[in-house]
Amino acid sequence: MAKKMHATPMLDELESGPWPSFVTGLKRLAKDKDYMVDLMGQLETSYQTRKGYWKGGTVGVFGYGGGVIPRFTELKDAEGKPQFPDAAEFHTLRVQPPAGMHYNTDILRKMADIWERHGSGLIAFHGQSGDIMFQGAKTDKVQDAFDELNELGFDLGGAGPAVRTSMSCVGAARCEQSCYDEARAHRQVLNTFTDDIHRPALPYKFKFKFSGCSNDCMNSIQRSDMAVIGTWRDNMRTDETLARKWFEKHGMNELVNDVINRCPTKTIMLKEVKDVAKGDKISSVKINDTQCLEIDNSNCVRCMHCINVMTGALAHGTDTGATILVGGKRTLKIGDLMGTVVVPFMPLKTDADYQQLVELGQKVIDFFAENALEHERTGEMIERIGLVNFLEGIGLEVDANMVSTPRTNPYVRADGWDDEVAKINARKQAAG
Amino acid sequence: MAQMRTPIESGVPDNKPYLHPTLLKNYGNWKYHDRPRPGVLHHVSHSGDEVWSVRAGTQRQMDVYTIRKLCDIADTYAEGHVRFTIRSNIEFMVSDPNKVAPLINALEESGFPVGGTGNSVSMIAHTQGWLHCDIPGTDASGVVKALMDELYDEFKREDMPNRVHLSTSCCEINCGGQADIAIIVQHTKPPKINHDLVANACERPAVVARCPVAAIRPALVNGKPSLEVDEKKCICCGACYPPCPPMQINDPEHSKLAIWVGGKNSNARGKPTFMKMVASGLPNNAPRWPEVSEMVKKILYTYKADARPWERLSDWVERIGWPRFFEKCDLPFTKYLIDDWRGSRANLNASTHIRF
Repeated sequence: MAKKMHATPMLDELESGPWPSFVTGLKRLAKDKDYMVDLMGQLETSYQTRKGYWKGGTVGVFGYGGGVIPRFTELKDAEGKPQFPDAAEFHTLRVQPPAGMHYNTDILRKMADIWERHGSGLIAFHGQSGDIMFQGAKTDKVQDAFDELNELGFDLGGAGPAVRTSMSCVGAARCEQSCYDEARAHRQVLNTFTDDIHRPALPYKFKFKFSGCSNDCMNSIQRSDMAVIGTWRDNMRTDETLARKWFEKHGMNELVNDVINRCPTKTIMLKEVKDVAKGDKISSVKINDTQCLEIDNSNCVRCMHCINVMTGALAHGTDTGATILVGGKRTLKIGDLMGTVVVPFMPLKTDADYQQLVELGQKVIDFFAENALEHERTGEMIERIGLVNFLEGIGLEVDANMVSTPRTNPYVRADGWDDEVAKINARKQAAG
Repeated sequence: MAQMRTPIESGVPDNKPYLHPTLLKNYGNWKYHDRPRPGVLHHVSHSGDEVWSVRAGTQRQMDVYTIRKLCDIADTYAEGHVRFTIRSNIEFMVSDPNKVAPLINALEESGFPVGGTGNSVSMIAHTQGWLHCDIPGTDASGVVKALMDELYDEFKREDMPNRVHLSTSCCEINCGGQADIAIIVQHTKPPKINHDLVANACERPAVVARCPVAAIRPALVNGKPSLEVDEKKCICCGACYPPCPPMQINDPEHSKLAIWVGGKNSNARGKPTFMKMVASGLPNNAPRWPEVSEMVKKILYTYKADARPWERLSDWVERIGWPRFFEKCDLPFTKYLIDDWRGSRANLNASTHIRF
């Protein structure tokens, strides 16, 4: 039998309005759980005083060093006793989701049952690192909850200075813009680092994210230390039926203003059918009997805009893979950093290709583990040591696609210039 | 002591058992998609198979009864398969177009708005806040609930110039992420140090090393080892608080909310952009944060009225220029909005490109 609810006038106000209310959910749980009655008491106090009252600590499961986020109340009375004793501990289990966050109802119901038995009954799909957040368990229930989730085929994610849980987009499962098997890459790369997820021993956190195209639905470029973003090398594909259909519906103004003018490199032109250029790098598609879109693929930066607008009429090519960027992060400690291109194109088709991706991940993490300072992210390390040192450390060749512009300051020791030129020429020759 | 169970270190689970059969069958073979109405995606495969996905908003922190309700809907009106998006929307997949309307009705009757696709304002990515974070200046679920109530119609419609992503973060570490419009708590005063506790609770060199402006020094206070902060140097980032809770940074009065705009992770059209701070000093007014809602709506509706089709917020500002953004949104441009951090000169105008 649940204890009497605390008065929650401020939280009550969040039950009105049309959007689904988490407060209503908390109240439903509080009907059966004293735990949640007191949790609401503490949360209401935060609303009243505008202060948070949780502190961290050390709670884990047998065999692992991380994956549980411990929370103990700091809201105590004059004698040091918790003001809301039933919710004095409110730990979260971070659990790795399936790639693309796909579920069936059977597995969701099983998760809900486990968490109702052992935890608060509150689950977040998903936390900002991608984990399923099983929010709120007492210390002595954490192991039981984990054991049952683990038997169900799920495993804890990362916390602290560890490889973190990854995210991948819906991808090949339901998106025509997918340029590789995101789920496979996600699973194969991450499962190489299971030990580094469960036993935090890196300088700081390390995040992988996988997006199937440069729309980057996973925000990998700003939020991951190693971003794997799908792209292609060959020509864009076209479909005349869908192109004509699009044009009939949208007309010339939209074609010019929204497709042609918005191409960042002006690589699309509207032409008379008879004037369309021929060549290895040219794609074209008729929009009516006399006019045609002509795309110079050698100047296309694979930005996805025209493909987003004319879905199906224009599509990415078939020589697909990914661009790899390293070092994205936000705020602490030196400010925002985007990922930097370190591999302009890595084919992702064969077993060997995926193995190559795994190996690159391993090299990056090994270098990070050995060279980053305490509490320093990969991007910060690269800023401190310079990109070239990082590339040499992980064995990648420099490429003009790695920079926005060449250097603008003259302060560089270039006494190895001739050797570098010879090396690059030899490499070009070897490649034929 | 009982034998402890050794974990099965299975890592990322295989998603194949959870995929809708049409998704599994057409894996990697999709041809195009369109959107028959807001909240519904229609994907067509090269094989000719089709699938309809209905997207609904959730409160993200869901009780098990909500999860079971969503499962009941998926079993009765959909085909038992769902997925979640990065912004905590839920998607139900069906292989029969006739199932779409009853599914939408069932979701909306149960209080889950259908929308969030295309040029809508999608659900707000957010952090843990007072519910679970150890360093929150404000709540997150509450701010999001308050704001999504106000933006409910914009979630259900698709009539923004382009998609709009929002995020909220309960401190400047900004776990909430980059967004077209982001709301972030900002500390405005240096930490208040409880010197009695520092020696016991904090590893002092680690705290000193954490400070990005070297404002923290070891000190002996009342005969006990402690730390001191050079308050002139301190930028109130809060980085010292997690490794040293006696350095209290959150303040009921002086923790304010700031608004940031123009973040874009997509590479579509322009390169990705970081969001920029455009307003600060908004009060932390639980439970509805009306001043924040008002400012977000002002920026959002100015963008909606003024941007051209396909312009994301960052594209719009690039076209009209920052001075006009501040004019149009009626926001004061103060000296605090001129960057003075590392690399800041790259943000200054080194041209005569000025719009009059």
